[in-house]
Amino acid sequence: MADPTETERVRLATAGARAVTLESLSSQPRGDLFKGALFYALLILALAVALAGLAAIIIQAAVKGAPAIGPDLFTNGPSTLNPSEAGFRPALIGTLYLILGVIVLVVPLGIGAAIYLEEYGDRSRWWNRLIELNVQNLAGVPSIIYGILGLAFIVRGPLDLGFILVAGSLTLALLVLPTVILAAREAIRAVPPSIREGSLALGATQWQTIRRQVLPAAVPGVITGVILAISRAIGETAPLLLVGAATFVTFNPTFLGDNGYSALPVLIFNYAQRPQDEFRVLAAAGVIVMLVVLLAMNSFAVWLRNRYEQQW
Amino acid sequence: MDSTGLTGDLEGAGRKPAISLEAPSPRYGEKAIKGLLAVCALLSVVTTTAIVVSLLIPTLDFLARVPIGDFLFGTSWAPTFTPASFGVLPILVGTLSTSLWGMLVAVPIGLASAIFLSEYASPRVRKVIKPILEVLAGIPTVAIGIFGLVFLSPLIEKVLPFMVNVPPFSAGVAGIAIGLMIVPIIASISDDSMRSVPSGLREAAYGLGSTKMKVATRVVFPAAISGIIASLVLAGSRAVGETMIVLLVAGASPNLTFDPGSSVQTMTAFIGTTATGDISTGTITYDTIFAVGALLFVITLVLNMFAIRMVRKYREVYE
Repeated sequence: MADPTETERVRLATAGARAVTLESLSSQPRGDLFKGALFYALLILALAVALAGLAAIIIQAAVKGAPAIGPDLFTNGPSTLNPSEAGFRPALIGTLYLILGVIVLVVPLGIGAAIYLEEYGDRSRWWNRLIELNVQNLAGVPSIIYGILGLAFIVRGPLDLGFILVAGSLTLALLVLPTVILAAREAIRAVPPSIREGSLALGATQWQTIRRQVLPAAVPGVITGVILAISRAIGETAPLLLVGAATFVTFNPTFLGDNGYSALPVLIFNYAQRPQDEFRVLAAAGVIVMLVVLLAMNSFAVWLRNRYEQQW
Repeated sequence: MDSTGLTGDLEGAGRKPAISLEAPSPRYGEKAIKGLLAVCALLSVVTTTAIVVSLLIPTLDFLARVPIGDFLFGTSWAPTFTPASFGVLPILVGTLSTSLWGMLVAVPIGLASAIFLSEYASPRVRKVIKPILEVLAGIPTVAIGIFGLVFLSPLIEKVLPFMVNVPPFSAGVAGIAIGLMIVPIIASISDDSMRSVPSGLREAAYGLGSTKMKVATRVVFPAAISGIIASLVLAGSRAVGETMIVLLVAGASPNLTFDPGSSVQTMTAFIGTTATGDISTGTITYDTIFAVGALLFVITLVLNMFAIRMVRKYREVYE
């Protein structure tokens, strides 16, 4: 076991490093170039598949539903017997009312909660951290669980409203509230502390600072969050199935009427489940109407955020 | 005259200045506003409590009638038949099966898209594609379900007949549709987390002679792993909780199988079909809905908590 001397060790190490370097340098061009190109092609392919798959949903609905597009779609009520004359009128009005209710509930509550968490809530207190974690968790609860909540707490149980439109609005509002809170918080957090400190230093109270400085600067982000939440509420179907969005309502719904109400996605779902192809065409036409509204809203929201993304 | 703060300051450093820095009035309005906002925030806690309470009470009623062992480990699910049996495994496996096939489709596509967007795409390309993905993420699941039922299922039945045993229902096709739904989630969150990896790491790797592919797969990807795992877990949680796609495409037969060609009933589909009928409170069927809902809630809660922790981890490291 002869110990190599210091110089020998250095020489060995140098030779090893040299060999490794030479090997990697000479092997690099061909093999890695090929692998790199293949990898790049695979990445592009994956992205193309993702975009094509999602685009196919839209295109397929447009092709399938095109024959049913017309004024009848908006003015006629649903029919089980006569698909050629069936339309979406009560469902469209129902969705409109539902969403109005959601907006009225969600905008003040969501923004209020976001202001509290960002501006007042002291993160060293456990209850504020609890609220924060709780909101994050609620954002991930499946929508059908909100349907169960609506059924047990709003339709029956403590609130006992019955199967009325307002119960649907409340359920949808609870469902999208966490989304609004999270988005509004992001927007409020993006306003730099120096703005607040400047305002407070000039003698403004905390609420004056929030109302006159922080909120105006956060408006685009907040609106983006609200629009995305509303568009989610428009397309949400599962919880409405549980809180009484009956399908074949042929009259226009009202907020408190207990004769039942209908909503666009629920009626689409019902048409789609029928075996006759005419009803599927009708469902596809309903999907087009819904997608046009939603994609327009979402595009506007994303544009708004990117346009007014402020670099302080 | 002596009451001005100025003279006070001049007379002795130890004395308090008479000018108060406190607000001239107690500002009850400010406190009221704070209280009002706190109530808004507390509403979220109330919601969670309401969810837990509304699930728990009927679930306890249910468990009083059906032993918990029979519920969790029973292999036959027929709650509305006589004689009824309440083994949840078939619909639990149905949920796992559709989610699994969905993840199998979405994970490679989503991660590859994220690597492309974060490491390869030019800022211009990225600026176009990222918003498109975000907008497409807003397609309602009922629309994706109809796409699966009307288009995907007949197509796949022709190309791969073993995927659709009982047309038009199939767990595998439902999985593909779920995959389409969750791809934007995986791509978007993974892209964010890979972009938050400091560029110093990339530059160091290039300096050591790495190729672009090596930098992406061996440096950036591992460095962003907690955010990537979070995106996968969140996507999994969405897949487990998805209702409309499985209602339309997976069918309604509780089969205990992972076979992609088989029709299955998922937990969400059971709730969605059973709870729409006019069932009265207090019956065992009514309680069953809540028991299944409670199980679903627990599964997604565990997944979400895990994802939230992972997201925190990557934020702490790089921000």
